[in-house]
Amino acid sequence: MAAAKMEKGELMSQVKQQIALANAQEMLSKMTEKCFKKCIQKPGKSLDTTEQRCISQCMDRFMDAWNLVSRTYGNRLQREQYRSMDSVEEMSS
Amino acid sequence: MSDFDVSGNDKELQEFLMIEKEKAQVNAQIHEFNEICWEKCIGKPSTKLDHATETCLSNCVDRFIDTSLLITQRFAQMLQKRGGGDL
Repeated sequence: MAAAKMEKGELMSQVKQQIALANAQEMLSKMTEKCFKKCIQKPGKSLDTTEQRCISQCMDRFMDAWNLVSRTYGNRLQREQYRSMDSVEEMSS
Repeated sequence: MSDFDVSGNDKELQEFLMIEKEKAQVNAQIHEFNEICWEKCIGKPSTKLDHATETCLSNCVDRFIDTSLLITQRFAQMLQKRGGGDL
């Protein structure tokens, strides 16, 4: 029984880890795509300092945007949930 | 190798997976919104997101959801008018 419990916990943390990894990969690939598009107008022989500065700023802004979008969506989900709870109450009263 | 039943009888595990799945779906949705609204709202990346850009981003998310709800509704009406599931 104890062994089964431990294995289950292990499975759960593995699942969480895999999801976190997939998330980070998604973030990385989107960030690369978007910031390449924004910062590299004409690809030259190397990344010059302006491009490098643009890329690091772009990464920071990308994270800001992601967090803001996440918060806005979270608020919306909550609002929609309250709304559907209200309409259930209306139906039952 | 494992002693628990993965096929659906382990309640705790089932619930855990359901919650994780839901969280992953929300996350995928955030990525999608962020991609769409980044394109709409972000000009040249600067040292911080200015107020106008922040407003644009959060309006963008809400209006995208509104659009999606409206289209879903209208689409359902279109299907109904055609009298059934045929497209």
